[in-house]
Amino acid sequence: MPASESSRVGKWSEQEVLDRIEAIRRRAPRLRDEAINMAHGAGGKATHTLVEALFRPAFGNPSGDAALLSLEGRTLAVTTDTYVVSPLFFPGGDIGELAVNGTVNDLAVAGAQPLCLTAGFILEEGLPVETLRRVTESMAAAARRAGVSLLAGDTKVVPRGKGDLLFLNTTGVGEVRQPERLGLAQVRAGDAVLVSGTIGDHGTAIMLARGDLDLETDLESDTAPLHELCSAALEAGDVHLMRDATRGGVATVLNELAAEAQVAVAMREQEIPIRDAVRGAAEILGIDPLYMANEGKLVAVVAAGDAKTVLAALRSHPLGEQAAIIGEVRAEPPGMVFMHTAFGGSRVVDMLIGDPLPRIC
Amino acid sequence: MKFVDEFRDQGVAAALAKRIATESSGHDWKVMEVCGGHTHTIYKYGIEDLLPPNVELVHGPGCPVCVIPMGRVDDGIAVAKTDGVIFTCFGDMMRVPGGDGSLLDAKAQGADVRMVYSPLDALKIARQNPDREVVFYAIGFETTAPSTALTILRAAQDHLPNFSVFCNHVTIVPPMKAILDSPDLRLDGFLGPGHVSTVIGIRPYEFVAKRYGKPVAVVGFEPLDILQGVYMVIRQVNEGRCEVENQYRRIVRDDGNPRALEVLRQVFKLRPHFEWRGLGFISLSALALRDEFARFDAELRFEVPGVRVADPKACQCGEVLKGVLKPWECKVFGTACTPETPIGTCMVSSEGACAAYYNFGRFSRAESRLKVLQ
Repeated sequence: MPASESSRVGKWSEQEVLDRIEAIRRRAPRLRDEAINMAHGAGGKATHTLVEALFRPAFGNPSGDAALLSLEGRTLAVTTDTYVVSPLFFPGGDIGELAVNGTVNDLAVAGAQPLCLTAGFILEEGLPVETLRRVTESMAAAARRAGVSLLAGDTKVVPRGKGDLLFLNTTGVGEVRQPERLGLAQVRAGDAVLVSGTIGDHGTAIMLARGDLDLETDLESDTAPLHELCSAALEAGDVHLMRDATRGGVATVLNELAAEAQVAVAMREQEIPIRDAVRGAAEILGIDPLYMANEGKLVAVVAAGDAKTVLAALRSHPLGEQAAIIGEVRAEPPGMVFMHTAFGGSRVVDMLIGDPLPRIC
Repeated sequence: MKFVDEFRDQGVAAALAKRIATESSGHDWKVMEVCGGHTHTIYKYGIEDLLPPNVELVHGPGCPVCVIPMGRVDDGIAVAKTDGVIFTCFGDMMRVPGGDGSLLDAKAQGADVRMVYSPLDALKIARQNPDREVVFYAIGFETTAPSTALTILRAAQDHLPNFSVFCNHVTIVPPMKAILDSPDLRLDGFLGPGHVSTVIGIRPYEFVAKRYGKPVAVVGFEPLDILQGVYMVIRQVNEGRCEVENQYRRIVRDDGNPRALEVLRQVFKLRPHFEWRGLGFISLSALALRDEFARFDAELRFEVPGVRVADPKACQCGEVLKGVLKPWECKVFGTACTPETPIGTCMVSSEGACAAYYNFGRFSRAESRLKVLQ
């Protein structure tokens, strides 16, 4: 609404109310829930609160897709991820391929060359061995494609009804050649924000594959290893930060970036690549592709002067043909992500609240 | 995307915005969009950025989730917690706070609460689970009521013994009347609800123009629809007209959808009274199942507390729903009441004025606009 200067709540003007809200939002989040609900796993605000208010105080770890360790002069990146996707097989991939690519990507966006993985299997009594065989073969194929070895594994079986057929965990180790290059501290106003291709493919494909919605498309998950694309970006120019826009989508990644680096991100709706099938499904279901998961899309923050060269490098790789510059980093207002709509207006793009989505990764 | 992008064209929008600026100059305008779907569109596309400062959009009561009183949420939770029940509802409804938690909390505590996109999905679940009681928590205006009615007719046809509906359907005209009767309001006209009007047509709003002297434009949900609707309302006043215009002709017929209306009459009757969140009890404003469909009525089938729960004292949803307060003018807006921990219903649904403003509009204000729009 247009700001009418005369309107006040008690002593507060609209601007003061909004400033007070931003101050509250900058406070460390408090976990008020008494029980875990699905929103805590959706990758949005509730997940963020769980991590910030429970895990981080207990473990004292830094943020990012992977942790960096120094070992005899070399820097290693370590990351772990767990996969509970339903259905296990979906158009464009399956849980096994996802589990390898997902962890490879967490290493790749940290600037690491992925080296090896371990795998943990939680199997439900009654799971067909044939299913497990297919998943295992798919993991092996994905590992070959990404050039990583599967070093070690573990298997547990839970009684029927205590798991959903198959849960997977993978832990990955990679080597970082230039550990100082990437990081929140490098992000500065003026940097360009790039995505490596169409957004929302994976999340939408999974939602539709579950069959509850009776929508049919030929949409496939975009699951793919990003290590080559990440290397190409790093070689092409001054990349300041890379993120893998999985659960919670591009909007969540940018909100985390804005909050942690205390910068603003301005997106231009017209520049964001989205497939028609994804836009159509989102339109019908009342969801926003910006919050839909990707499993093979890179978000890169790049020095303004190098944005075009990095874009060209991404576009020359088969996984980055539809890469685009979707916005830029600004100094004000810190912590906020907003979008210039294709209609000519503007709006805030907040973190995902709640859990409108089924399990997707 | 065909048939959608045409209604979001930036060039057309800019031209229309210019015409609104010319037509509205010299006078302050307040136009209420009745429907929550419009509120959502306004914020999602940043439409207020295209309006001149003397034209203000006031957000009305037509958000289905926002008008559900706490007592009805508690009743739903009581049904959901009953042994053997699969409780189905639309996604938004799950986060609405009752007197003691939401349906999402009940789910976390073990209740089998499932999100559906259509009442027919609930029917499907009932067929797949013949040994369970499946309840659909029906909300919404005349837009969603026909699909609930059809679902009940289908359940009756198939003699489905394990399906019932907890009916909270409401009608749009009584709350509009309540707003028009409220003394503390100054409005120049209304954007009439597009989806509701596909069912009821545009004639039910004639009293707004005739008796209350306020022009109405029934509009669609694309951003250009809204801009055009604003223009039509202002032009009516300037030309000395006061009528109900139909901007949404591509969907809405003046007489509505007779088949849908017939299905509504067949399945539902008017309740003598129904409590609206923030607006209090309004006579003849909600629907209940007719006696012939009593076996599908979850209110009769299950024991529910049926207690009226007073809104939290700090909550000013009523004033927001009536358009008396802007979302940010509420005392708890964005501080105690946020989308993660909503106190009032307007902060829950993406169609709620507070949630829309909090999620999308928090920076759409003069000072920040200067900072970010350069």
